[in-house]
Amino acid sequence: MARTWAELLGDDGSDETPEQQAGFFGRLRDSLSKSRRALTQQLAVTAFDPADDEAWERLEEALITADVGVPATAEIVRRLEARAAVTTLDEPLQEELASLLGDPGTLDVSARPSVILVVGVNGTGKTTTIGKLAAELAKRGRSVLLAAADTFRAAAEEQLEVWAGRAGADFVGSPRGGDPAAVAYDAIEAATSRGRDVVIVDTAGRLHTQKNLMEELAKIRRVIAGRLDGAPHESLLVVDATTGQNGLQQARLFSEAVDVSGVVLTKLDGSAKGGIAVAIAHELGLPVTLVGVGEGLDDLRPFDPDDFARALVGSDPAGV
Amino acid sequence: MFDTLSDKLQHVLGDLRGRGRLDDETVSKAMREIRLALLEADVNLQVVKEFVARVRERAVGEEVTKSLTPGQEVVRIVHEELTAMMGGGDSRLAFAPRGQTVILLAGLQGSGKTTAAAKLALMLRKEGKTPALVAADLQRPAAIDQLEQLGRQIQVPVFRSGNGDPVAVAREGIDWATSQGCDVVVLDTAGRHQFDEDLMEELQAIRSAAKPTNVLLVLDAMTGQEAVNVALAFQEQVAFDGIVLTKLDGDARGGAALSARAVTGRPIKLASVGEKLDQLEWFHPDRMASRILGMGDVMTLIEKAEEAAEADEQAEMERRLRAGEFTFDDFLASYKMLRRMGPLKGVLSMIPGVGNQLKGLEIDERELARVEAIVLSMTPRERSFPHTIDGSRRQRIARGSGTTVQEVSRLLNARKEMQKLMKQMGKGKMPALSGFPGKR
Repeated sequence: MARTWAELLGDDGSDETPEQQAGFFGRLRDSLSKSRRALTQQLAVTAFDPADDEAWERLEEALITADVGVPATAEIVRRLEARAAVTTLDEPLQEELASLLGDPGTLDVSARPSVILVVGVNGTGKTTTIGKLAAELAKRGRSVLLAAADTFRAAAEEQLEVWAGRAGADFVGSPRGGDPAAVAYDAIEAATSRGRDVVIVDTAGRLHTQKNLMEELAKIRRVIAGRLDGAPHESLLVVDATTGQNGLQQARLFSEAVDVSGVVLTKLDGSAKGGIAVAIAHELGLPVTLVGVGEGLDDLRPFDPDDFARALVGSDPAGV
Repeated sequence: MFDTLSDKLQHVLGDLRGRGRLDDETVSKAMREIRLALLEADVNLQVVKEFVARVRERAVGEEVTKSLTPGQEVVRIVHEELTAMMGGGDSRLAFAPRGQTVILLAGLQGSGKTTAAAKLALMLRKEGKTPALVAADLQRPAAIDQLEQLGRQIQVPVFRSGNGDPVAVAREGIDWATSQGCDVVVLDTAGRHQFDEDLMEELQAIRSAAKPTNVLLVLDAMTGQEAVNVALAFQEQVAFDGIVLTKLDGDARGGAALSARAVTGRPIKLASVGEKLDQLEWFHPDRMASRILGMGDVMTLIEKAEEAAEADEQAEMERRLRAGEFTFDDFLASYKMLRRMGPLKGVLSMIPGVGNQLKGLEIDERELARVEAIVLSMTPRERSFPHTIDGSRRQRIARGSGTTVQEVSRLLNARKEMQKLMKQMGKGKMPALSGFPGKR
């Protein structure tokens, strides 16, 4: 039942009660099922007749409407067709969705300090995600330092500083227009000398089509790698759940620039179903690591493919 | 590079030109591709279905224009319908006849409201208005600081308040702008999603208090299938008048624009096309249609070329090209033909695959006038036998045309290049555009 932070971070034990975990799943499902959002309701069938072409078409349409995209939808349909006898859709569909999503991502923060580089297009929620992640890590006994390497957007530094305060994290900033790679470098210096556990580097949002800005990002990564062996230990791509098929292109080009290790799917509390995560996992093999479901400090959660698939399909969770 | 819808359709429908009328089977094949292309561009499924049904009805039985393949004919119809669907409605902003014009911006988190607010204010300032910005986003940390910094950059005053109630801030901000002598107020509000009842009620309250002349929905061009629900919900709750499409400088095909337009009937008014604060434009439906279809505007190019070149002019040119003759008279004629087609950059950007190469490249239209002057300064014999133009002749031509010897030499080389290029085209190859005069 839902992955815990302990599982995500590779910590022993869990500080979360089953109720807390179930509560989170409930919220995810609620947000995904608001006003007939869930797939099964859209399919309007309880029994599934594989001989009925229209039933297959409804399934395709439901997946497309969830932003799963044409290729991943075709793959799911192909796999379901290959199954011997499909009489109900819920479970097989859940299984195939989960299988396309692959293994859940992990967050490697074992090194001291560990560096997490956070990238993405404008307005996906990078800074907010970092704030919440810092708070969770702090809650789990890690000392965190936030680096404001978004030196482009007006007031980005101030925004991150507010989050650092909320999460009780150290903060390294720089003047606007400064060199973001230098900020990242300074942050690692500071974390090393102060003995901090995790450095999270916030970067300016940029469209993946802007070549010079993507090169700047690659440079930030190179500088981090040059300063600390094995760093960055994680490079997270933040993707807005309302994103359509362009999300694939984002994942492709950001991966080329900084070798993305996992995806954070944000704003799942909105009306979007976030099917683009399925497309990204299926076509690029990038795991989803975290999901954001609200604006609160504890609204960031480890991603669980089974839960997500179940919430997407809209069936009741077993055992709750 | 040429993986465009027109190429795909060409592949599916075959290359036969002027095949009479589009029959049912041809159209059905085409519609499958159109449907897929629109879905991949994130146009909402329901919108796609209705659109395809309408285009289908129009396309069956349509006569295929002589010079086009059936595929191109279908693309032409689809493009026309898309453009018609996205245009229409008043794309301008409404201004209060007297007193304050208030523009309220609303939208999801991260759609780009704050940046759009600043860009809009700058645009209005350049159009001779006296705008003010009001920071009514009290949710996101440092959103007010962001607007304030942007305001400084564009020299537009920004109102901020210690008040924690955005409704009161909006009201205070408008009064303040009046006292400052500003005639337009741009209200930036917090991002919110449509299921957040509290925040949507708050937005309604801001709307009632501010009595905006325009309410604009700010929509990210990368939005997926949800664009429909977002647009419908905001329409229901705050009845917006138009849409600002953001982040169009990326490579998103932007089907969300079509979806939102189709379900709400509200026009798309503005498009944000870059990170710089002056990169906000009025919306062009035809460009958006091409973009959603993922193609350069081939059809317009074909149409324009046909209009520009008289039929026999074309035939004569073709004959000479085949024969490998390409004199300066031809050069001048082809230049004039190009110019009749409109600004060179516009013409070139319509060729699929070329548009991208032209990004950031300036084409100097005045150079065309100089080219004309140089050719007109040549004797008829020189025009027919360019290889006879030696050093002293070049000097004379430069003097006669008010240019320099270097410019004359460059043109001589360009003619040679163009001759090569025309020969390639005669063999059916795509021309390379390097060395094209007027490009620098």
